[in-house]
Amino acid sequence: MKSPKRALAGGVALLLAGAPAYAAWDLNLRVGVTPLSRDIYGLHMLILWVCVAIAVAVFAVMIYSVATFRHSKGAAPAAFDHSTAAEVIWTIIPVLILVFMAIPAARTLVAIEDSSGSELTVKVTGYQWKWQYEYVEHGVSFFSTLDRRHDVARQLASGVDPRTIDNYLLEVDNPLVVPQGVKIRVLITAADVIHAWWVPDFGMKKDAIPGFINELWFTADKAGTYRGQCAELCGRDHGFMPVVVEVVPRAEFDAWLAARKTTE
Amino acid sequence: MSATTDTLAHAGHAHRHDDHHHGPEKGIRRWLTTTNHKDIGTMYLVFSLIMFLIGGSMALVVRAELFVPGMQLVDPGFFNTMTTVHALIMVFGAVMPATVGLGNWMIPLQIGAPDMALPRMNNFSFWLLVAAFSLLILSLFMPGGGPASGWTLYPPLVLQTGDALPLAIFAIHLAGASSIMGAINIIVTIMNMRAPGMTLLAMPMFVWTWLITAYLLIAVMPVFAGAVTMLLTDHFFGSTFFSAAGGGDPVLYQHIFWFFGHPEVYIMILPAFGIVSEIIPTFARKKLFGYDSMVYATASIAFLSFIVWAHHMFTVGMPLAGEMFFMLATMLIAVPTGVKVFNWTATMWKGSISFEPPMLFALAFLFLFTIGGFSGLMVAIVPVDFQYHDTYFIVAHFHYVLVPGAVFAIMGAVYYWLPKWTGHMYDMKLARLHFWLSAIFVNVLFFPQHFLGLAGMPRRIPDYSTQFADWNMVSSIGGFGFGLSQLLFVYLIWRCVRGGAPASAVVWDGARSHGLEWTVPSPAPYHTFDEPPTVHGGEMHS
Repeated sequence: MKSPKRALAGGVALLLAGAPAYAAWDLNLRVGVTPLSRDIYGLHMLILWVCVAIAVAVFAVMIYSVATFRHSKGAAPAAFDHSTAAEVIWTIIPVLILVFMAIPAARTLVAIEDSSGSELTVKVTGYQWKWQYEYVEHGVSFFSTLDRRHDVARQLASGVDPRTIDNYLLEVDNPLVVPQGVKIRVLITAADVIHAWWVPDFGMKKDAIPGFINELWFTADKAGTYRGQCAELCGRDHGFMPVVVEVVPRAEFDAWLAARKTTE
Repeated sequence: MSATTDTLAHAGHAHRHDDHHHGPEKGIRRWLTTTNHKDIGTMYLVFSLIMFLIGGSMALVVRAELFVPGMQLVDPGFFNTMTTVHALIMVFGAVMPATVGLGNWMIPLQIGAPDMALPRMNNFSFWLLVAAFSLLILSLFMPGGGPASGWTLYPPLVLQTGDALPLAIFAIHLAGASSIMGAINIIVTIMNMRAPGMTLLAMPMFVWTWLITAYLLIAVMPVFAGAVTMLLTDHFFGSTFFSAAGGGDPVLYQHIFWFFGHPEVYIMILPAFGIVSEIIPTFARKKLFGYDSMVYATASIAFLSFIVWAHHMFTVGMPLAGEMFFMLATMLIAVPTGVKVFNWTATMWKGSISFEPPMLFALAFLFLFTIGGFSGLMVAIVPVDFQYHDTYFIVAHFHYVLVPGAVFAIMGAVYYWLPKWTGHMYDMKLARLHFWLSAIFVNVLFFPQHFLGLAGMPRRIPDYSTQFADWNMVSSIGGFGFGLSQLLFVYLIWRCVRGGAPASAVVWDGARSHGLEWTVPSPAPYHTFDEPPTVHGGEMHS
């Protein structure tokens, strides 16, 4: 009895010591920077609160029953064993709640699947274990791999403290650069095994499947650097092929693209 | 039906004159050659406990590596092997054999049958399982390492496995054959060997849920066997079922796999539903609320499980109509599942509840499985699933339904029937301690994984960005706490088998009139119901 308690206390102490170093007790989904990611976040919060409300009601009844109808308090068991009315009610109410949730979900889904009217197409190819980005209309293409410093630090017993490295494992040599406020269509495929391209702040992930081309779209309306990871197990170094996207103002993007073209 | 029971009654009658009511053989031959449902049930349960400890140790390797960011202990390839084999062992080696073991022990006792209908096949299906898991564990030592593609074995990745691939696939074939035989045995037993007077709608809920589970097994295990056989021919014989280069499609595998995989989820949870439906009425001292609707809800869940498979793969790029269909069909499952939860709650309402260890586990199941149900509803919604998919949110979701869901129900069942099996009461204080440690640590272990997933941590990664460090440390502490607490469970069972206060036939104060198993002495004699008992309509289900 004593030793698990002590272990728990030790663990808690360790946590408190570690907390200031990391200080990232993130709890929730990110709102993101695209109209779709905001819709998805709204939908997530809606379903979450519906679930919380149902949970409060159901758990309250359970807790009340457990607290009240106790053998030790001399409670006498009732004889009823069914009630058609109650059963009809708790079949119909959930159906109504589901319909209430399905309507906004369907609306968002239709928007997600509509990739028409995009202004820029980027083809993403997954490799074990890196990404290739290709600006289809501009003939620019390059590979994007885990940053060298991070790659050294992540080796087994490297002796490098991950906390000394900014954005540990979420940094690449050549990030994808896209213009701000422009609808971008991403074509996704893979060269060897299945990968998945995912940037949480854009609200979307899609599998990269060898021999097939998937698509997704996003319009990032805030400049900045957005980080994600491969989200489909793709072998030994699956955890080490991050996605980094830099969203920059239109003019800056054009200048970057022109410079890139001359170096190709 | 009546002809069969007549024959049975006659056989039982003749047997009494035989005069040699033989007991078990002595030594190892008893276990190798036994056809007795109780022996085979015991072997299944012990096997499952051993697998639970092996699979659990693998999970602890995973949690140890994830304790802090950076790679400290294992190679990333071995890490993938650990997640993969942990899952295969827990699904096919721990949870499924535990429910088969409980079925073997309890179905004949609950329907008043002398044994399973096909006793030799019963023995064979157990020993096949031992062969299957010997192969799977041996595959860890093959050149190229063990299977490391995730338990879903998606091609093309799985085809990069070394010599472990044929071993793992043959292990799956054997485990599948074992499951199919077990399922056939259960269906034949339930359909033909019920005591006179026990109509289908008078069967205990555990028997009902197992009957439905057995049909699911027969329907989907061959599908899985087909899928892995295609992997084998793609790898060794040049076929291209799952390779676009040869006109195949890697996503085809995922469709086939999940057509098996989703019913598989219910194969693990339906017997747990049955167990909880046995325990709650006993300790609430009240009949199960809405028995008929419980049966229909179970059947509806089983039916729906066949038409929702693609919700495991929303990100593969499906047509809009496909996404809509699988989203709506999946959401529908919440309705019969809700009925079950409400009915269990209504069973406790105005009951007279006491809190022995089986009831504690059933109550924890009720709360924590419901949490897993809520996250299940969330991941059904396609637009948000694009964010949740393949993150720790999914890991949290399915561990909530499998650990405090299926595993807690199995532990509850062991605490419920252990005195009937051994004839001894176990140490109640120790069992309560085991419960509280398990219930607390399981939440410390899995609840923070919701946060990790929402914050953006993908699953199946051996190292992570420092922003995920805090909750990973909490989760690992919970993991070791939960894992170590299970040693108490093993110790408690071992002590109860060796001795303890004698258990009465009824065992539990509230078990009176709650099933035929409580009418035989404790421990249940080696042979029971040589002569079928007579059941008066509708009285025997709890």
